[in-house]
Amino acid sequence: MERVFKPYKTTGNPVQNPEHIQQQINPLKDIVQRLLDEAKKQGATAAEAGLSQENGLSVTARLGEVETIEHHCDQGLGVTVYFGQRKGSASTTDLSLESIKETVNAACSIARYTSEDSFSGLPDPALLATEFPDLDLNHPWPIHADAAISLAVDCENAARNYHPEITNSEGATVNTHQGIRVLGNSLGFLQGYPSTRHSLSCSVLAQRGDSMQRDYWFSVARNPVDLELPQAVGIKAAERTLRRLAARRLPTQQCAVLFAAEVASSLLGSFIGAISGGALYRKSSFLLDALDTPIFPGFVQITEQPHLPCALGSANYDSEGVATQDRVLVEDGVLRSYVLSSYSARKLGLQTTGNAGGVRNLTITPSELDFNGMLNSLHTGLLVTELMGQGVNNVTGDYSRGAAGFWVENGVMLYPVEEITIAGNLKDMFKQLLAVGNDVDYRGNIRTGSLLLERMSLAGE
Amino acid sequence: MELLTLAKQAILTPANLHDHHIEQIMARLICSAVDVADIYFQSSHSESWLLEGGIIKDGSHSIEQGVGVRAVAGDKTGFAYSDRIELPVLLAAADNVRAIVRQGQNTAVNLRQNSNNQRYYAPLNPLQSLADQQKVDLLNYVDTETRKLDSRIEEVIVSLSGVYEQILVADHAGMLAADIRPLVRMNVSVIVVDKGRREQGSMGGGGRTDYSYFFEQDRALGYAKEAVRQALVNLESSEAPAGNMTVVLGPGWPGILLHEAIGHGLEGDFNRKGTSAFSGRVGERVASNLCTVVDDGTLAGCRGSLSIDDEGTATENTVLIENGILKGYMQDKLNARLMGVKPTGNGRRESYACLPMPRMTNTYMLPGQHDPEEIIKSVKNGLYAKNFAGGQVDITSGKFVFSANEAYLIEDGKITRPVKGATLIGNGPDVLTKVSMVGNDLQLDSGVGTCGKDGQSVPVGVGQPSLKIDQITVGGTGV
Repeated sequence: MERVFKPYKTTGNPVQNPEHIQQQINPLKDIVQRLLDEAKKQGATAAEAGLSQENGLSVTARLGEVETIEHHCDQGLGVTVYFGQRKGSASTTDLSLESIKETVNAACSIARYTSEDSFSGLPDPALLATEFPDLDLNHPWPIHADAAISLAVDCENAARNYHPEITNSEGATVNTHQGIRVLGNSLGFLQGYPSTRHSLSCSVLAQRGDSMQRDYWFSVARNPVDLELPQAVGIKAAERTLRRLAARRLPTQQCAVLFAAEVASSLLGSFIGAISGGALYRKSSFLLDALDTPIFPGFVQITEQPHLPCALGSANYDSEGVATQDRVLVEDGVLRSYVLSSYSARKLGLQTTGNAGGVRNLTITPSELDFNGMLNSLHTGLLVTELMGQGVNNVTGDYSRGAAGFWVENGVMLYPVEEITIAGNLKDMFKQLLAVGNDVDYRGNIRTGSLLLERMSLAGE
Repeated sequence: MELLTLAKQAILTPANLHDHHIEQIMARLICSAVDVADIYFQSSHSESWLLEGGIIKDGSHSIEQGVGVRAVAGDKTGFAYSDRIELPVLLAAADNVRAIVRQGQNTAVNLRQNSNNQRYYAPLNPLQSLADQQKVDLLNYVDTETRKLDSRIEEVIVSLSGVYEQILVADHAGMLAADIRPLVRMNVSVIVVDKGRREQGSMGGGGRTDYSYFFEQDRALGYAKEAVRQALVNLESSEAPAGNMTVVLGPGWPGILLHEAIGHGLEGDFNRKGTSAFSGRVGERVASNLCTVVDDGTLAGCRGSLSIDDEGTATENTVLIENGILKGYMQDKLNARLMGVKPTGNGRRESYACLPMPRMTNTYMLPGQHDPEEIIKSVKNGLYAKNFAGGQVDITSGKFVFSANEAYLIEDGKITRPVKGATLIGNGPDVLTKVSMVGNDLQLDSGVGTCGKDGQSVPVGVGQPSLKIDQITVGGTGV
């Protein structure tokens, strides 16, 4: 049987020339400019407006046949107006001229009732992005629904045929999205860029006796040729599901814990949450006044690289138009910078870090250890591959979450475990970081390998 | 005025669409091979106001409007949506969607107006129920009064939000139904500091009504007092225990146990596909005989209530578990048809841009015989969990978590010291078999729940009386 080697390499993929892209963006820029003009007309002293337009296709195959075909088509615009230092916002899905007027009017009407806030307002004009290099974020995938269905079927088949204990399926999904975002403000900033995002995912069930388990795998990329092959995604989904069968519980104890890369990003997510301007000025963070103090052991370096070509988190400017830049957040374990927007920076008497809307391609520098090396370093303890619930207290750092994974002895995964919790305090957990694996998961905005923690409380039987 | 007329005026009239246009779109959409088809129009106006740091910091207003078109043949679904409610767009969407079935004769449909007579909330517009100045005054009042409650309060955040949503749904059988759904929500959260220790507390509520709700029974200030009380309790909390123990759950919001442990596992789609730990178990014992659990979309004014679901089916009070025996699942049209049962009015969608699926409404356990104090008294050593944050479930393995954020030790039948928040983890299909006492104090939550499934969020309610669970794992640090 003939096998397509690179299923994603579609023939006739039109190379999008810059002029063609500008032709798509310009009418949207016009709408944003109209919003800004309308705001000025209605008396606003300053305004910011954004618009997004997105098209997509999502198909799911289940048990070898198409289950759903969804055609996506979203658009929306939002405006924030300032009357001096009073602020109001409004948004709509209707891009008509009449709607623009009404939306601005709604924002202005709200600004009559909000309070003077001496910290509010547009960003410092000097910090707005002025250079817009191509970050290679736009790779449309003109795939027809039929072709997408057959990829999904291939993916799911690879999972279902992998082992007789794979008994059921939630299906495989191919998803492709292409969108344009435009941002403008009354300081003269008006920019837009297109970007794409494609994914392939598969979720199957396995059964042995009374034990039924489900797991999944997915691949996501800006460029469809960077997606993992459908068969690879399916096989990974099957392997991950099978290895969970006949999971046991564990006795309540303290032990070392290795967070697999795919769940480790949540720990760094909590770290980012705690050093974000909003949590700091509200004093609802467990890392208040932590700047220039050690948070992690001395080997830890955490950086942000917003300009990586083709990466999921890349952007030239943040959600206020402030230029993003490569920067160091943690140097030799010491916190060197917060994560700030213009507003939170002013509240804290600092300068924005270009993080309105969050961090972009955050990376914790990996060691030489691959996943097996990390297992050896763990030696004996818990490997966590799934976390459940939201049991993280951002004010105190107290951490208690449901977990599933594997019990490891002498660096070997002995058996799957489930129905346990792991608990600690994030401040201690960060200090007890022993190693960062080089098995980096690139599928999100936070890029980390597996993380080994010296000791946590495990509750079970 | 009739709801249908109101909804048509709001959604169809501006687009110059009439019944015969809907019939025309429907004719494109359905053919002999199509089992279910619908066109769902939605117009939603929402606003939110935020007080922080003693000032009205932010306000926003949002209009979301669009239409979703769906055709189902067997278990195959074609779906498209647009935020432009225009005939050519709708006809094109219908053609796209119809491609899910490749053959079959086209058929015609005549719309008939469906005037559902049961309504569980009034067609109020919360956004217009107060002048903007009064909304702002309410937030300021709550802030001022909250700060007076205790000198250890450092920060107060008060939010107020309202939604006025109109929907119109037409289906392949010619049904045309409408609903007008108000929803309001208020929340107060506080940070308290004492001797360098910092804790938070949060409380809110709301329902399908307008803002006058928060002035009744002094609710707004009630949330503030409760948030402060929780935060102060947490200032005194010490390490939570770890391991298996007896847990007494308080009434009301701890009913999130039912939502996670059994609710999701009893949604029709998972059971039709055989992916739930409860699949194929109707008629079997899944709880102790003290437990009767229902999903009830018909409670007047509750956050999870609906007069009709998003497929136009009247909601009902569905018995899920009766005296411990599994009675049935929650269904939308697609899954009910494939399982050969009736839809239960649980077909819900986040918006026109999402496909409907079986979702919960208000899920709660009926009261039992015991006085709550009696329940506490019966526990030698254990945990009393009074308040919870969120939860999550793996419907296939049945494992679920829910996180306590206010809990106390029970020692020798008495509630003693408060402990830090901790996650509780259990197995859905057997946790309710370990319920040995059910209180006579059924409470519904205050109207704060939002449930997420496949990326879609919908408002829900939960409730329960006090419950004693003989054994469940508590995830503290006190090993």
